[in-house]
Amino acid sequence: MKWDKRLVAITSGLTGGLALAATPAWAGLGELNLPYGVTSIAHMNYDLNMLVLWITIFIGIIVFGAMGYSMYYHRKSQGAVAAQFHHNTTIEIVWTVLPLLILVGMAIAATRGLVLMYDTDNADMDIKVTGYQWQWRYDYLGEGVSFYSKLDEQSNQARVLGSSVRPERVDNYLRNVDKPLVVPINTKIRFLITADDVIHSWWVPDFGWKMDAIPGYINRAWANIEQPGVYRGQCAELCGRDHGFMPIVVIAKTPEEYKKWLAEEKKRQSASEGAEQAAAEPSPAIDVAQTQS
Amino acid sequence: MSAVDHAADAHHHEGPEPGLLRWVFTTNHKDIGTLYLLFSLMMFFIGGTMALIIRAELFQPGMQLVDPYFFNEMTTLHGLVMIFGAIMPGFVGLANWQIPMMLGAPDMALPRLNNWSFWLLPFAFTLLLSTLFMPGGGPAGGWTMYPPLMLETGQAFPFIIFAVHLMGMSSILGAINIIATIFNMRAPGMTLMMMPLFIWTWLITAFLLIAAMPVLAGAVTMLLTDQYFGTHFFNAAGGGDPVMYQHIFWFFGHPEVYIMILPAFGIVSQIIPTFARKPLFGYASMVYATASIAFLSFIVWAHHMFTVGMPLAGELFFMYATMLIAVPTGVKVFNWVATMWEGSMTFETPMLFALAFVILFSIGGFSGLMLAIASVDFQYQDGYFVVAHFHYVLVTGAAFAIIAAAYYWLPKWTGNMYDEQLGKLHFWLSVASVNVLYFPQHFVGLAGMPRRIPDYAVQFTEWNMVSTVGGFVFGFSQLIFLWIIIKAIRGGVKADARSWEGAHGMEWEIPSPAPYHSFQTPPDISKVMARGDAHS
Ligand code: HEM
Ligand SMILES: [Cu+2]
Ligand SMILES: [Cu+2]
Repeated sequence: MKWDKRLVAITSGLTGGLALAATPAWAGLGELNLPYGVTSIAHMNYDLNMLVLWITIFIGIIVFGAMGYSMYYHRKSQGAVAAQFHHNTTIEIVWTVLPLLILVGMAIAATRGLVLMYDTDNADMDIKVTGYQWQWRYDYLGEGVSFYSKLDEQSNQARVLGSSVRPERVDNYLRNVDKPLVVPINTKIRFLITADDVIHSWWVPDFGWKMDAIPGYINRAWANIEQPGVYRGQCAELCGRDHGFMPIVVIAKTPEEYKKWLAEEKKRQSASEGAEQAAAEPSPAIDVAQTQS
Repeated sequence: MSAVDHAADAHHHEGPEPGLLRWVFTTNHKDIGTLYLLFSLMMFFIGGTMALIIRAELFQPGMQLVDPYFFNEMTTLHGLVMIFGAIMPGFVGLANWQIPMMLGAPDMALPRLNNWSFWLLPFAFTLLLSTLFMPGGGPAGGWTMYPPLMLETGQAFPFIIFAVHLMGMSSILGAINIIATIFNMRAPGMTLMMMPLFIWTWLITAFLLIAAMPVLAGAVTMLLTDQYFGTHFFNAAGGGDPVMYQHIFWFFGHPEVYIMILPAFGIVSQIIPTFARKPLFGYASMVYATASIAFLSFIVWAHHMFTVGMPLAGELFFMYATMLIAVPTGVKVFNWVATMWEGSMTFETPMLFALAFVILFSIGGFSGLMLAIASVDFQYQDGYFVVAHFHYVLVTGAAFAIIAAAYYWLPKWTGNMYDEQLGKLHFWLSVASVNVLYFPQHFVGLAGMPRRIPDYAVQFTEWNMVSTVGGFVFGFSQLIFLWIIIKAIRGGVKADARSWEGAHGMEWEIPSPAPYHSFQTPPDISKVMARGDAHS
């Protein structure tokens, strides 16, 4: 028995100690949970996450508690003599029905959540998001504004095998782009999400969801952002060699500032119209049907 | 006493053929079981090496060791090797050794088929691993092989598909053999509801295999024809549908995850009563729970696809069905705890691993319940939270159960007790490091780190470092396991026929090591059952 206790202490001490010794800074240790986020969907998903987490912790305490109790008090070394019972219909019914009731409660809350997420009607504006290997394209539908958005140059240099640029020195390493998406706050934005080559997934945790970008499909999702700010995310579906290197940056501005930005962007894009049109690829998910007909 | 009747079976070999060819031509369930187990162990170390390459690259942000494409090859092959090479053959090896012994039978029902189903595997995995050296590299689209990405694979592509076909064939043949054995070879008087739970769970698993593996074969064959024969099953530009692949894949894939855990449930249901010295609580409800889990496992597949843009009704159906699985799973855990309740417990290595299984598998079940909440899954999906979930159910679930089973039955297989102190060292190192390895992955996943990336934003550094340290300690601790097995094969304290004080069941009636042909004449089960092995 002594040998056992020493083993427990030594092994857990050793691995824990090693793990902590390897840890140079502490800031990252606070990265523990979902963000509360800046949309009603994000808040709701955060709350649901906490609700289910606490339910499972509660069940865990009961189950592991009962187990720990037996392991401590019903040890042979303590002279415990084994009882010989092997079933009890009442308790078996209880622990089948009780979890079922808890699940029904959870299902009701979760259903409400899904209904909210799926309510993509009555949007104030539409943005089409197209995934490419390995960048995003954004089309402001009806505005004639569109552009590509890819990993910023600094990150791109630092991410090369054996690069001399240290990731810690780069601003928002792997979470920065050359041209961010700009959107207004307090506006119901509908995202129409698709892809041109392989499957990608558009994920900004602060909005509370990701949505797969699939060739041939146009998936819908929405966000109504509550605060101005810069929100970062990245592709969440394996899409080939540089899957880890296609970030998303969304800048949310007040509607007035957004209008100003949009006007400037329109002017800039129409100025370079000729050049752009030659360069911009059509986005096939929609255009396939048109070119075929 | 073993009931070996030499005269009546003069044409049977007394023991194995001499020489190496024994292993090639053997039709003996113990030899084939050993082959499967050694193969599984080898694959654990190969897949584990790939995992350590992954963890080493993820030790800190920036690319230090490998190219991103090679990284993707590692995650893909790690998944395929661990699932099809380590976990599944591990369970089949245990089935081969134990099912005839636990049923009171001389061997499996179809011994030649048995030989073939094993020998397909070395070829399958030689093919699979050789793709790493082919022009264009090996598979790098993830173990799930989603198109269109998978179709970007180079010349390795058809070899991967063929390897998957071979693995599937091996599994199906193995499953047929197990079903035939269980239905036909039970000792006279042993009804289905008298069978040990390990047998029950394997019977149900075998049916899952027969139903699920052909679906995988179909899915990958459609990939093959899309690539080479001009079909457009999954090609949107040709009128096909990339999401259909995911539906077909997960119709196989979710039953597959239960294929990897039901036999583990059976093992733990054998070990806990032995070391609690108390009959298993709720035998009948264990059987029914296993059967309901098996049924439900066929109607929950799209919980892996909550973010593909399914209609609301689909999301709701798959969410409710998935949540429902928690009920029979809970029943099992409660039954194990009730088996310990008022027992007389000791904590030998197999029991330690079984207890760790109950706790850590439950933690995996809890995160599974969280993932089942479809709207929140739009956050969890394809992040490290999912990685943490499935490693809790697969490493501290399936793999811990295989390790527990190995310790439990090693005395029966080798005739020698393993080194208990080394076993405990192995356990404590494993259980401490595995949590250091996987628990922090919940955190980074929630905080926004996607899976299958070779490099990450700097805020995830600390927990990834912790995880990598845990990974290396866990990986190297498994060398102790290897050493313990070698030591037990070479010698040690002689094991009794009943190697554990509280062990009941047919396998403990024959000597240790078990004779080459387990039971040559049907045993008298009334003797065994009278001692309290009848369950209900
Ligand atoms: C209470 C029981 C369980 C529930 C409710 C559950 C639920 C889920 C859900 C919803 C997902 C999809 C998550 C996502 O991709 O966003 C998932 C993934 C997964 N689960 Fe479970 N699970 C359970 C038990 C198990 C068991 C027993 C195993 C295997 C032994 C398992 C293995 C896996 C694997 C391998 C994946 C990830 C597959 C992949 O994407 O590569 N789960 N689980
Ligand atoms: Cu991607
Ligand atoms: Cu599943």
